[in-house]
Amino acid sequence: MGKRIEERIVQALMIVALVSVIGSLVLILATVLIQGLPALSLEMLTQVPSGGYYLGGGGGILNAISGSLALAGGATAISFVVSLAVVLYLQVFARDSRFIHLIRLSLDILWGIPSIVYGAFGFTLLLLLGLRASLLGGIIALALLELPIMVRGMDEVMSMVPFELKEASYAVGATRLETALAVMVRQSLPGLLTALLLGLGRGIGDAASVLFTAGYTDRLPTSLLRPVASLPLAVFFQLGTPVPEVQQRAYAAALVLTAITFLLSLSTRLLGRKLSRNVIR
Amino acid sequence: MLNRLRFRQLKDRSAGLAMAVVAGLAAALVMLIVVGLLTRSWPLLGSRPLGELLTSSRWSPQRGEFGFLPFILGTLWVTTLAMVLAVPPCLLSAIYLSEYAPRRLREAIKPLLDLLAGIPSVVYGLWGVLVCVPLIRNTIAPWASQRLSFIPMLAVDNPTGYSTLAGGIVLAVMVFPVIISVTQEVIRAVPDGLREASLALGATRWQMIKGVVLRRSLPGVIAAVVLGFSRAFGETMAVMMVAGNVVQAPRSIFDAAYTLPALIANNYGEMMSIPLYDSALMTAALLLLMIVMLFTFAARAALLRAVRRAA
Repeated sequence: MGKRIEERIVQALMIVALVSVIGSLVLILATVLIQGLPALSLEMLTQVPSGGYYLGGGGGILNAISGSLALAGGATAISFVVSLAVVLYLQVFARDSRFIHLIRLSLDILWGIPSIVYGAFGFTLLLLLGLRASLLGGIIALALLELPIMVRGMDEVMSMVPFELKEASYAVGATRLETALAVMVRQSLPGLLTALLLGLGRGIGDAASVLFTAGYTDRLPTSLLRPVASLPLAVFFQLGTPVPEVQQRAYAAALVLTAITFLLSLSTRLLGRKLSRNVIR
Repeated sequence: MLNRLRFRQLKDRSAGLAMAVVAGLAAALVMLIVVGLLTRSWPLLGSRPLGELLTSSRWSPQRGEFGFLPFILGTLWVTTLAMVLAVPPCLLSAIYLSEYAPRRLREAIKPLLDLLAGIPSVVYGLWGVLVCVPLIRNTIAPWASQRLSFIPMLAVDNPTGYSTLAGGIVLAVMVFPVIISVTQEVIRAVPDGLREASLALGATRWQMIKGVVLRRSLPGVIAAVVLGFSRAFGETMAVMMVAGNVVQAPRSIFDAAYTLPALIANNYGEMMSIPLYDSALMTAALLLLMIVMLFTFAARAALLRAVRRAA
Protein backbone atom coordinates (compact mmCIF):
# COMPACT_ATOMS: atom_id res chain seq x y z
CA MET A 1 0.00 0.00 0.00
CA GLY A 2 3.06 2.23 0.36
CA LYS A 3 3.01 3.23 -3.25
CA ARG A 4 -0.61 4.38 -3.09
CA ILE A 5 0.15 6.60 -0.12
CA GLU A 6 3.19 8.00 -1.91
CA GLU A 7 1.02 8.73 -4.94
CA ARG A 8 -1.49 10.59 -2.78
CA ILE A 9 1.18 12.65 -1.02
CA VAL A 10 2.90 13.63 -4.25
CA GLN A 11 -0.39 14.60 -5.87
CA ALA A 12 -1.31 16.74 -2.91
CA LEU A 13 2.10 18.43 -3.06
CA MET A 14 1.65 19.12 -6.75
CA ILE A 15 -1.69 20.77 -6.22
CA VAL A 16 -0.28 22.87 -3.39
CA ALA A 17 2.60 23.89 -5.68
CA LEU A 18 0.32 24.82 -8.56
CA VAL A 19 -2.03 26.76 -6.34
CA SER A 20 0.83 28.70 -4.76
CA VAL A 21 2.36 29.50 -8.16
CA ILE A 22 -0.92 30.74 -9.59
CA GLY A 23 -1.80 32.37 -6.27
CA SER A 24 1.38 34.42 -6.10
CA LEU A 25 0.82 35.64 -9.62
CA VAL A 26 -2.79 36.56 -8.89
CA LEU A 27 -1.56 38.32 -5.76
CA ILE A 28 0.69 40.53 -7.89
CA LEU A 29 -2.17 41.56 -10.12
CA ALA A 30 -4.43 42.15 -7.15
CA THR A 31 -1.77 44.33 -5.50
CA VAL A 32 -1.34 46.47 -8.58
CA LEU A 33 -5.08 46.77 -9.08
CA ILE A 34 -5.94 47.58 -5.47
CA GLN A 35 -3.14 50.10 -5.04
CA GLY A 36 -3.31 51.57 -8.51
CA LEU A 37 -7.01 52.02 -9.08
CA PRO A 38 -7.65 54.65 -6.37
CA ALA A 39 -4.67 56.65 -7.59
CA LEU A 40 -5.81 56.63 -11.19
CA SER A 41 -7.65 59.66 -12.54
CA LEU A 42 -8.27 61.46 -15.80
CA GLU A 43 -5.71 64.06 -14.78
CA MET A 44 -3.08 61.32 -14.37
CA LEU A 45 -3.63 60.12 -17.93
CA THR A 46 -4.00 63.43 -19.75
CA GLN A 47 -1.52 65.85 -18.21
CA VAL A 48 2.20 66.21 -17.89
CA PRO A 49 3.75 66.95 -14.48
CA SER A 50 3.21 70.58 -13.51
CA GLY A 51 5.30 72.61 -11.07
CA GLY A 52 5.64 70.98 -7.68
CA TYR A 53 4.51 67.63 -9.07
CA TYR A 54 7.19 65.71 -7.24
CA LEU A 55 6.13 67.27 -3.94
CA GLY A 56 2.54 66.20 -4.45
CA GLY A 57 1.42 69.01 -6.80
CA GLY A 58 -0.81 68.62 -9.85
CA GLY A 59 -0.26 66.96 -13.17
CA GLY A 60 -0.08 63.45 -14.55
CA ILE A 61 2.05 60.92 -16.34
CA LEU A 62 1.18 61.68 -19.95
CA ASN A 63 4.88 62.36 -20.51
CA ALA A 64 5.69 58.79 -19.51
CA ILE A 65 2.80 57.23 -21.42
CA SER A 66 3.59 59.04 -24.66
CA GLY A 67 7.31 58.54 -24.15
CA SER A 68 6.87 54.81 -23.72
CA LEU A 69 4.70 54.58 -26.82
CA ALA A 70 7.24 56.53 -28.86
CA LEU A 71 10.16 54.46 -27.58
CA ALA A 72 8.54 51.07 -27.98
CA GLY A 73 6.79 52.00 -31.22
CA GLY A 74 9.99 53.19 -32.87
CA ALA A 75 12.02 50.27 -31.58
CA THR A 76 9.41 47.74 -32.64
CA ALA A 77 9.15 49.17 -36.15
CA ILE A 78 12.91 49.01 -36.68
CA SER A 79 13.23 45.64 -35.06
CA PHE A 80 10.38 44.20 -37.11
CA VAL A 81 11.95 45.16 -40.42
CA VAL A 82 15.35 43.83 -39.40
CA SER A 83 13.86 40.63 -37.98
CA LEU A 84 11.86 40.03 -41.15
CA ALA A 85 15.02 40.36 -43.23
CA VAL A 86 16.93 37.99 -40.97
CA VAL A 87 14.16 35.40 -40.89
CA LEU A 88 13.53 35.52 -44.65
CA TYR A 89 17.24 35.10 -45.17
CA LEU A 90 17.30 32.09 -42.85
CA GLN A 91 14.20 30.51 -44.35
CA VAL A 92 14.48 31.32 -48.05
CA PHE A 93 17.79 32.75 -49.19
CA ALA A 94 20.55 31.16 -47.14
CA ARG A 95 22.38 28.20 -48.58
CA ASP A 96 25.39 27.72 -46.31
CA SER A 97 24.13 25.68 -43.38
CA ARG A 98 27.10 26.62 -41.20
CA PHE A 99 26.26 30.31 -41.60
CA ILE A 100 22.62 29.56 -40.73
CA HIS A 101 23.78 27.71 -37.65
CA LEU A 102 26.03 30.61 -36.64
CA ILE A 103 23.20 33.14 -36.99
CA ARG A 104 20.84 31.02 -34.91
CA LEU A 105 23.48 30.47 -32.23
CA SER A 106 24.20 34.18 -32.10
CA LEU A 107 20.52 35.04 -31.78
CA ASP A 108 20.15 32.46 -29.00
CA ILE A 109 22.90 34.22 -27.10
CA LEU A 110 21.33 37.62 -27.75
CA TRP A 111 18.01 36.29 -26.45
CA GLY A 112 19.62 35.56 -23.10
CA ILE A 113 21.48 38.84 -22.68
CA PRO A 114 20.03 40.88 -19.78
CA SER A 115 18.44 44.19 -20.68
CA ILE A 116 20.86 46.15 -18.49
CA VAL A 117 23.67 44.94 -20.76
CA TYR A 118 21.78 46.26 -23.79
CA GLY A 119 21.46 49.50 -21.88
CA ALA A 120 25.19 49.64 -21.20
CA PHE A 121 26.00 48.78 -24.81
CA GLY A 122 23.51 51.34 -26.07
CA PHE A 123 25.18 53.93 -23.88
CA THR A 124 28.56 53.00 -25.39
CA LEU A 125 27.08 53.43 -28.86
CA LEU A 126 25.71 56.86 -27.91
CA LEU A 127 29.11 57.98 -26.66
CA LEU A 128 30.65 56.72 -29.88
CA LEU A 129 28.15 58.71 -31.95
CA GLY A 130 28.52 61.77 -29.75
CA LEU A 131 24.89 61.69 -28.66
CA ARG A 132 23.30 62.09 -25.24
CA ALA A 133 20.46 60.19 -23.61
CA SER A 134 17.56 60.68 -26.02
CA LEU A 135 14.56 59.15 -27.71
CA LEU A 136 16.87 57.91 -30.46
CA GLY A 137 19.21 56.28 -27.95
CA GLY A 138 16.33 54.55 -26.21
CA ILE A 139 14.93 53.33 -29.51
CA ILE A 140 18.31 51.84 -30.46
CA ALA A 141 18.71 50.01 -27.13
CA LEU A 142 15.13 48.71 -27.18
CA ALA A 143 15.38 47.63 -30.82
CA LEU A 144 18.43 45.54 -29.93
CA LEU A 145 16.56 44.06 -26.97
CA GLU A 146 13.51 43.19 -29.06
CA LEU A 147 15.41 41.79 -32.05
CA PRO A 148 16.16 38.28 -30.73
CA ILE A 149 12.64 37.95 -29.27
CA MET A 150 11.01 38.81 -32.57
CA VAL A 151 13.37 36.74 -34.70
CA ARG A 152 12.77 33.69 -32.54
CA GLY A 153 9.00 34.00 -32.82
CA MET A 154 9.03 34.72 -36.54
CA ASP A 155 11.52 31.98 -37.31
CA GLU A 156 9.31 29.49 -35.55
CA VAL A 157 6.14 30.37 -37.48
CA MET A 158 7.90 30.54 -40.83
CA SER A 159 9.46 27.14 -40.39
CA MET A 160 5.91 25.78 -40.09
CA VAL A 161 4.94 26.89 -43.60
CA PRO A 162 4.63 23.62 -45.56
CA PHE A 163 7.61 22.96 -47.81
CA GLU A 164 5.29 22.02 -50.68
CA LEU A 165 4.00 25.59 -50.87
CA LYS A 166 7.53 26.87 -51.39
CA GLU A 167 8.15 24.20 -54.01
CA ALA A 168 4.93 25.02 -55.80
CA SER A 169 5.88 28.66 -55.91
CA TYR A 170 9.29 27.92 -57.41
CA ALA A 171 7.69 25.51 -59.85
CA VAL A 172 5.55 28.23 -61.40
CA GLY A 173 8.66 30.30 -61.94
CA ALA A 174 8.66 32.68 -59.01
CA THR A 175 11.99 33.98 -57.80
CA ARG A 176 13.10 33.56 -54.17
CA LEU A 177 12.09 37.12 -53.34
CA GLU A 178 8.64 36.66 -54.84
CA THR A 179 8.24 33.37 -52.98
CA ALA A 180 9.37 35.00 -49.77
CA LEU A 181 6.90 37.86 -49.99
CA ALA A 182 3.90 36.22 -51.63
CA VAL A 183 4.06 32.81 -49.96
CA MET A 184 6.16 32.84 -46.83
CA VAL A 185 5.14 36.20 -45.43
CA ARG A 186 1.50 35.83 -46.31
CA GLN A 187 1.27 32.32 -44.92
CA SER A 188 2.86 33.25 -41.64
CA LEU A 189 1.29 36.69 -41.24
CA PRO A 190 -0.64 35.94 -38.02
CA GLY A 191 2.50 34.55 -36.44
CA LEU A 192 4.54 37.52 -37.58
CA LEU A 193 2.09 39.93 -35.98
CA THR A 194 2.10 37.87 -32.80
CA ALA A 195 5.88 38.16 -32.69
CA LEU A 196 5.58 41.89 -33.31
CA LEU A 197 3.18 42.36 -30.40
CA LEU A 198 5.37 40.20 -28.18
CA GLY A 199 8.33 42.43 -28.95
CA LEU A 200 6.27 45.55 -28.41
CA GLY A 201 5.13 44.29 -25.02
CA ARG A 202 8.66 43.50 -23.98
CA GLY A 203 9.89 46.85 -25.19
CA ILE A 204 7.23 48.87 -23.42
CA GLY A 205 7.88 47.18 -20.09
CA ASP A 206 11.65 47.30 -20.03
CA ALA A 207 13.30 49.80 -17.74
CA ALA A 208 16.92 48.74 -17.47
CA SER A 209 17.79 49.35 -21.11
CA VAL A 210 16.27 52.84 -21.32
CA LEU A 211 17.70 54.00 -18.02
CA PHE A 212 21.00 55.15 -19.57
CA THR A 213 19.89 55.63 -23.09
CA ALA A 214 16.60 57.53 -23.00
CA GLY A 215 16.91 59.52 -19.78
CA TYR A 216 13.81 61.09 -18.24
CA THR A 217 11.92 64.33 -18.68
CA ASP A 218 8.67 65.99 -17.66
CA ARG A 219 7.94 67.06 -21.22
CA LEU A 220 6.23 65.29 -24.06
CA PRO A 221 8.50 63.68 -26.65
CA THR A 222 9.09 66.14 -29.48
CA SER A 223 12.49 65.37 -30.91
CA LEU A 224 14.55 62.25 -31.54
CA LEU A 225 17.52 63.91 -29.92
CA ARG A 226 15.87 64.94 -26.65
CA PRO A 227 15.41 62.76 -23.57
CA VAL A 228 12.03 61.06 -23.10
CA ALA A 229 10.17 59.70 -20.11
CA SER A 230 8.91 56.13 -19.94
CA LEU A 231 6.34 54.31 -17.84
CA PRO A 232 8.65 51.78 -16.17
CA LEU A 233 10.99 54.56 -15.09
CA ALA A 234 7.99 56.62 -13.93
CA VAL A 235 7.08 53.74 -11.63
CA PHE A 236 10.65 53.39 -10.43
CA PHE A 237 11.45 57.06 -9.82
CA GLN A 238 8.13 57.96 -8.22
CA LEU A 239 8.26 54.97 -5.90
CA GLY A 240 11.67 56.15 -4.77
CA THR A 241 10.43 59.53 -3.53
CA PRO A 242 9.51 60.04 0.13
CA VAL A 243 6.21 61.81 -0.66
CA PRO A 244 3.18 59.48 -0.30
CA GLU A 245 1.14 61.29 -2.99
CA VAL A 246 3.94 60.75 -5.48
CA GLN A 247 4.25 57.10 -4.49
CA GLN A 248 0.53 56.75 -5.19
CA ARG A 249 1.25 57.87 -8.73
CA ALA A 250 3.85 55.14 -9.06
CA TYR A 251 1.05 52.65 -8.36
CA ALA A 252 -1.13 54.30 -10.99
CA ALA A 253 1.71 54.22 -13.51
CA ALA A 254 2.25 50.53 -12.75
CA LEU A 255 -1.43 49.87 -13.33
CA VAL A 256 -1.36 51.67 -16.69
CA LEU A 257 1.76 49.74 -17.70
CA THR A 258 0.26 46.41 -16.68
CA ALA A 259 -2.98 47.22 -18.50
CA ILE A 260 -1.06 48.02 -21.70
CA THR A 261 0.91 44.76 -21.59
CA PHE A 262 -2.30 42.83 -20.92
CA LEU A 263 -4.08 44.49 -23.82
CA LEU A 264 -1.17 43.59 -26.09
CA SER A 265 -1.19 40.01 -24.86
CA LEU A 266 -4.94 39.76 -25.38
CA SER A 267 -4.88 41.23 -28.85
CA THR A 268 -2.13 38.78 -29.75
CA ARG A 269 -4.51 35.92 -29.03
CA LEU A 270 -7.44 37.48 -30.88
CA LEU A 271 -5.33 38.48 -33.88
CA GLY A 272 -3.83 35.01 -34.11
CA ARG A 273 -7.28 33.49 -34.31
CA LYS A 274 -8.75 35.96 -36.75
CA LEU A 275 -5.92 36.15 -39.25
CA SER A 276 -5.21 32.45 -39.47
CA ARG A 277 -8.38 31.87 -41.49
CA ASN A 278 -6.60 32.38 -44.83
CA VAL A 279 -3.63 30.22 -44.06
CA ILE A 280 -3.20 26.97 -45.99
CA ARG A 281 -2.03 24.11 -43.78
CA MET B 1 10.01 39.91 -72.01
CA LEU B 2 13.67 39.06 -71.47
CA ASN B 3 14.24 42.46 -69.92
CA ARG B 4 11.49 41.86 -67.44
CA LEU B 5 13.01 38.54 -66.39
CA ARG B 6 16.40 40.21 -65.97
CA PHE B 7 14.82 42.83 -63.79
CA ARG B 8 13.16 40.22 -61.59
CA GLN B 9 16.42 38.34 -61.25
CA LEU B 10 18.28 41.51 -60.41
CA LYS B 11 15.73 42.38 -57.77
CA ASP B 12 16.00 38.89 -56.33
CA ARG B 13 19.79 38.99 -56.16
CA SER B 14 19.97 42.40 -54.57
CA ALA B 15 17.31 41.52 -52.01
CA GLY B 16 19.19 38.34 -51.18
CA LEU B 17 22.40 40.27 -50.74
CA ALA B 18 20.77 42.91 -48.55
CA MET B 19 19.21 40.27 -46.33
CA ALA B 20 22.50 38.40 -46.06
CA VAL B 21 24.16 41.61 -44.89
CA VAL B 22 21.46 42.26 -42.29
CA ALA B 23 21.58 38.66 -41.07
CA GLY B 24 25.37 38.82 -40.92
CA LEU B 25 25.17 41.99 -38.84
CA ALA B 26 22.71 40.33 -36.48
CA ALA B 27 25.08 37.40 -36.13
CA ALA B 28 27.98 39.77 -35.47
CA LEU B 29 26.01 41.70 -32.85
CA VAL B 30 27.19 39.49 -29.99
CA MET B 31 30.79 40.17 -30.94
CA LEU B 32 30.06 43.89 -31.35
CA ILE B 33 28.59 44.05 -27.86
CA VAL B 34 31.55 42.20 -26.37
CA VAL B 35 34.04 44.42 -28.19
CA GLY B 36 32.11 47.59 -27.32
CA LEU B 37 31.97 46.79 -23.63
CA LEU B 38 35.56 45.57 -23.61
CA THR B 39 36.78 48.85 -25.10
CA ARG B 40 34.96 50.87 -22.45
CA SER B 41 36.13 48.67 -19.61
CA TRP B 42 39.73 48.49 -20.79
CA PRO B 43 40.96 51.51 -18.78
CA LEU B 44 40.11 49.55 -15.61
CA LEU B 45 40.88 46.04 -16.82
CA GLY B 46 44.25 47.14 -18.17
CA SER B 47 45.31 48.90 -15.01
CA ARG B 48 44.62 46.18 -12.44
CA PRO B 49 45.03 42.41 -12.44
CA LEU B 50 41.75 40.64 -13.18
CA GLY B 51 42.16 38.36 -10.17
CA GLU B 52 42.31 41.34 -7.86
CA LEU B 53 39.18 42.90 -9.35
CA LEU B 54 37.24 39.68 -8.96
CA THR B 55 38.40 38.71 -5.47
CA SER B 56 38.75 42.03 -3.66
CA SER B 57 35.82 43.24 -1.63
CA ARG B 58 36.99 46.81 -1.30
CA TRP B 59 34.71 49.09 -3.30
CA SER B 60 35.47 52.77 -3.11
CA PRO B 61 35.43 54.51 -6.48
CA GLN B 62 36.64 57.83 -5.05
CA ARG B 63 39.84 56.16 -3.86
CA GLY B 64 40.15 54.13 -7.01
CA GLU B 65 39.33 50.81 -5.34
CA PHE B 66 37.18 48.52 -7.43
CA GLY B 67 36.61 45.09 -5.92
CA PHE B 68 33.66 43.29 -7.52
CA LEU B 69 33.43 40.43 -5.03
CA PRO B 70 30.54 41.83 -2.94
CA PHE B 71 28.45 42.30 -6.07
CA ILE B 72 29.31 38.90 -7.52
CA LEU B 73 28.46 37.21 -4.22
CA GLY B 74 25.34 39.35 -3.81
CA THR B 75 24.10 38.30 -7.26
CA LEU B 76 24.87 34.65 -6.55
CA TRP B 77 23.07 34.76 -3.18
CA VAL B 78 19.93 36.35 -4.55
CA THR B 79 19.82 34.15 -7.64
CA THR B 80 20.54 30.91 -5.80
CA LEU B 81 17.92 31.69 -3.20
CA ALA B 82 15.45 32.44 -5.97
CA MET B 83 16.15 29.09 -7.59
CA VAL B 84 15.82 27.23 -4.30
CA LEU B 85 12.42 28.84 -3.85
CA ALA B 86 11.32 28.49 -7.48
CA VAL B 87 12.49 25.09 -8.70
CA PRO B 88 10.52 22.68 -6.47
CA PRO B 89 7.08 24.29 -6.97
CA CYS B 90 7.79 24.81 -10.67
CA LEU B 91 8.75 21.18 -11.27
CA LEU B 92 5.77 19.91 -9.30
CA SER B 93 3.40 22.25 -11.16
CA ALA B 94 4.85 21.33 -14.53
CA ILE B 95 4.54 17.61 -13.79
CA TYR B 96 0.99 18.10 -12.59
CA LEU B 97 0.03 20.11 -15.65
CA SER B 98 1.51 17.68 -18.15
CA GLU B 99 0.72 14.34 -16.46
CA TYR B 100 -2.35 14.76 -14.27
CA ALA B 101 -4.28 17.88 -15.16
CA PRO B 102 -7.28 17.65 -17.48
CA ARG B 103 -6.74 19.18 -20.89
CA ARG B 104 -8.98 22.14 -20.17
CA LEU B 105 -7.04 23.16 -17.08
CA ARG B 106 -3.81 22.90 -19.02
CA GLU B 107 -5.19 25.05 -21.80
CA ALA B 108 -6.54 27.58 -19.34
CA ILE B 109 -3.22 27.95 -17.54
CA LYS B 110 -1.00 28.36 -20.57
CA PRO B 111 -2.28 31.82 -21.58
CA LEU B 112 -2.18 32.82 -17.92
CA LEU B 113 1.51 31.92 -17.76
CA ASP B 114 2.17 33.80 -21.02
CA LEU B 115 0.38 36.81 -19.61
CA LEU B 116 2.42 36.70 -16.46
CA ALA B 117 5.70 36.25 -18.31
CA GLY B 118 4.89 39.58 -19.95
CA ILE B 119 4.43 41.61 -16.76
CA PRO B 120 7.18 44.25 -16.66
CA SER B 121 9.86 43.79 -14.04
CA VAL B 122 9.16 47.11 -12.31
CA VAL B 123 5.68 45.80 -11.55
CA TYR B 124 7.20 42.75 -9.89
CA GLY B 125 9.47 45.15 -8.03
CA LEU B 126 6.53 47.25 -6.92
CA TRP B 127 4.83 44.13 -5.60
CA GLY B 128 8.02 43.27 -3.74
CA VAL B 129 8.13 46.70 -2.12
CA LEU B 130 4.45 46.70 -1.18
CA VAL B 131 4.04 43.07 -0.11
CA CYS B 132 7.27 41.10 0.35
CA VAL B 133 9.39 43.69 2.14
CA PRO B 134 6.74 44.49 4.82
CA LEU B 135 6.04 40.78 5.22
CA ILE B 136 9.70 40.10 5.90
CA ARG B 137 10.11 43.15 8.14
CA ASN B 138 7.02 42.56 10.25
CA THR B 139 6.54 38.81 10.25
CA ILE B 140 9.29 36.60 8.87
CA ALA B 141 12.34 38.39 10.28
CA PRO B 142 11.00 38.78 13.86
CA TRP B 143 9.93 35.15 13.85
CA ALA B 144 13.29 33.97 12.54
CA SER B 145 15.24 36.07 15.03
CA GLN B 146 13.32 34.44 17.87
CA ARG B 147 13.44 30.86 16.72
CA LEU B 148 16.15 30.38 14.13
CA SER B 149 18.89 32.87 14.92
CA PHE B 150 21.32 30.09 15.89
CA ILE B 151 21.68 29.27 12.18
CA PRO B 152 24.16 31.81 10.75
CA MET B 153 22.43 31.91 7.35
CA LEU B 154 19.21 33.00 9.04
CA ALA B 155 20.58 35.57 11.48
CA VAL B 156 18.71 38.88 11.49
CA ASP B 157 20.88 42.00 11.62
CA ASN B 158 18.88 44.09 9.23
CA PRO B 159 15.50 45.37 10.42
CA THR B 160 14.41 47.03 7.16
CA GLY B 161 13.10 44.02 5.26
CA TYR B 162 14.98 45.12 2.14
CA SER B 163 17.04 41.95 1.90
CA THR B 164 18.44 39.03 -0.05
CA LEU B 165 15.28 37.15 0.85
CA ALA B 166 13.03 39.84 -0.63
CA GLY B 167 15.09 39.80 -3.84
CA GLY B 168 14.96 36.00 -3.89
CA ILE B 169 11.19 35.87 -3.50
CA VAL B 170 10.52 38.45 -6.21
CA LEU B 171 12.94 36.76 -8.61
CA ALA B 172 11.47 33.34 -7.87
CA VAL B 173 8.00 34.54 -8.85
CA MET B 174 9.43 36.17 -11.96
CA VAL B 175 11.00 32.94 -13.21
CA PHE B 176 7.95 30.76 -12.50
CA PRO B 177 6.50 31.11 -16.01
CA VAL B 178 9.87 30.49 -17.72
CA ILE B 179 10.70 27.31 -15.82
CA ILE B 180 7.18 25.89 -15.88
CA SER B 181 6.60 26.36 -19.59
CA VAL B 182 9.99 24.94 -20.65
CA THR B 183 9.73 21.98 -18.25
CA GLN B 184 6.22 21.23 -19.40
CA GLU B 185 7.34 21.19 -23.01
CA VAL B 186 10.23 18.86 -22.27
CA ILE B 187 8.06 16.47 -20.29
CA ARG B 188 5.44 16.32 -23.00
CA ALA B 189 8.12 15.39 -25.54
CA VAL B 190 8.55 12.00 -23.83
CA PRO B 191 6.82 9.42 -26.05
CA ASP B 192 3.51 8.06 -24.73
CA GLY B 193 4.54 4.50 -25.52
CA LEU B 194 7.04 4.60 -22.69
CA ARG B 195 4.38 5.79 -20.26
CA GLU B 196 2.00 3.03 -21.34
CA ALA B 197 4.68 0.36 -21.03
CA SER B 198 5.44 1.44 -17.50
CA LEU B 199 1.79 1.61 -16.47
CA ALA B 200 1.16 -1.79 -18.08
CA LEU B 201 3.77 -3.29 -15.74
CA GLY B 202 1.67 -2.19 -12.78
CA ALA B 203 3.44 1.03 -11.83
CA THR B 204 1.40 3.81 -10.26
CA ARG B 205 1.34 7.11 -12.08
CA TRP B 206 3.95 8.64 -9.80
CA GLN B 207 6.21 5.59 -10.11
CA MET B 208 5.89 5.88 -13.87
CA ILE B 209 6.74 9.58 -13.73
CA LYS B 210 9.70 9.04 -11.42
CA GLY B 211 11.14 6.06 -13.22
CA VAL B 212 10.40 6.91 -16.83
CA VAL B 213 9.32 10.48 -17.53
CA LEU B 214 11.67 12.35 -15.23
CA ARG B 215 14.63 10.11 -15.97
CA ARG B 216 14.05 10.55 -19.65
CA SER B 217 13.55 14.32 -19.54
CA LEU B 218 16.26 15.13 -17.00
CA PRO B 219 18.58 17.03 -19.38
CA GLY B 220 15.65 19.13 -20.54
CA VAL B 221 14.60 19.88 -16.99
CA ILE B 222 18.16 20.93 -16.22
CA ALA B 223 18.08 23.19 -19.26
CA ALA B 224 14.88 24.78 -17.99
CA VAL B 225 16.46 25.45 -14.62
CA VAL B 226 19.60 26.89 -16.20
CA LEU B 227 17.45 29.16 -18.38
CA GLY B 228 15.60 30.36 -15.31
CA PHE B 229 18.87 30.92 -13.46
CA SER B 230 20.30 32.92 -16.30
CA ARG B 231 17.14 35.03 -16.57
CA ALA B 232 17.22 35.70 -12.84
CA PHE B 233 20.94 36.47 -12.87
CA GLY B 234 20.59 39.44 -15.17
CA GLU B 235 17.35 40.83 -13.77
CA THR B 236 17.87 44.41 -12.74
CA MET B 237 14.99 46.59 -11.64
CA ALA B 238 12.92 44.22 -9.54
CA VAL B 239 15.90 43.10 -7.49
CA MET B 240 17.30 46.60 -7.17
CA MET B 241 13.99 47.81 -5.74
CA VAL B 242 13.84 45.26 -2.91
CA ALA B 243 17.30 43.86 -2.11
CA GLY B 244 18.64 46.82 -0.13
CA ASN B 245 21.76 47.62 -2.18
CA VAL B 246 24.42 47.73 0.53
CA VAL B 247 27.98 47.04 -0.60
CA GLN B 248 28.71 43.87 1.38
CA ALA B 249 28.83 40.15 0.84
CA PRO B 250 25.59 38.86 2.42
CA ARG B 251 26.07 36.35 5.22
CA SER B 252 22.42 35.74 5.98
CA ILE B 253 19.29 35.79 3.84
CA PHE B 254 18.12 38.76 5.91
CA ASP B 255 21.20 40.83 4.99
CA ALA B 256 20.94 43.39 2.23
CA ALA B 257 22.47 42.38 -1.11
CA TYR B 258 23.83 44.42 -3.98
CA THR B 259 23.73 42.70 -7.36
CA LEU B 260 25.84 43.38 -10.44
CA PRO B 261 22.92 44.68 -12.54
CA ALA B 262 21.80 46.90 -9.67
CA LEU B 263 25.32 48.29 -9.38
CA ILE B 264 25.22 49.37 -13.01
CA ALA B 265 21.71 50.79 -12.89
CA ASN B 266 22.13 52.63 -9.60
CA ASN B 267 25.29 54.54 -10.41
CA TYR B 268 25.00 55.55 -14.03
CA GLY B 269 24.27 59.12 -12.96
CA GLU B 270 27.56 59.80 -11.27
CA MET B 271 29.76 57.50 -13.28
CA MET B 272 31.13 60.17 -15.58
CA SER B 273 32.34 62.37 -12.71
CA ILE B 274 34.76 59.95 -11.04
CA PRO B 275 37.76 58.58 -12.95
CA LEU B 276 37.52 54.91 -13.95
CA TYR B 277 34.00 54.68 -12.49
CA ASP B 278 32.33 54.39 -15.91
CA SER B 279 34.93 51.85 -16.88
CA ALA B 280 34.13 49.85 -13.73
CA LEU B 281 30.42 49.82 -14.49
CA MET B 282 31.09 48.67 -18.05
CA THR B 283 33.32 45.95 -16.58
CA ALA B 284 30.35 44.87 -14.47
CA ALA B 285 28.21 44.72 -17.62
CA LEU B 286 30.91 42.69 -19.37
CA LEU B 287 31.12 40.26 -16.42
CA LEU B 288 27.37 39.86 -16.50
CA LEU B 289 27.43 39.23 -20.24
CA MET B 290 30.16 36.61 -19.95
CA ILE B 291 28.40 34.73 -17.15
CA VAL B 292 25.07 34.74 -18.97
CA MET B 293 26.71 33.54 -22.20
CA LEU B 294 28.18 30.65 -20.26
CA PHE B 295 24.71 29.74 -19.00
CA THR B 296 23.28 29.97 -22.51
CA PHE B 297 25.84 27.52 -23.80
CA ALA B 298 25.18 25.18 -20.88
CA ALA B 299 21.42 25.28 -21.47
CA ARG B 300 21.91 24.69 -25.20
CA ALA B 301 24.11 21.69 -24.57
CA ALA B 302 21.60 20.26 -22.12
CA LEU B 303 18.69 20.85 -24.52
CA LEU B 304 20.58 19.17 -27.36
CA ARG B 305 21.10 16.13 -25.16
CA ALA B 306 17.44 16.21 -24.20
CA VAL B 307 16.33 16.22 -27.82
CA ARG B 308 18.69 13.37 -28.65
CA ARG B 309 17.52 11.34 -25.68
CA ALA B 310 13.85 11.85 -26.46
CA ALA B 311 14.24 10.81 -30.09
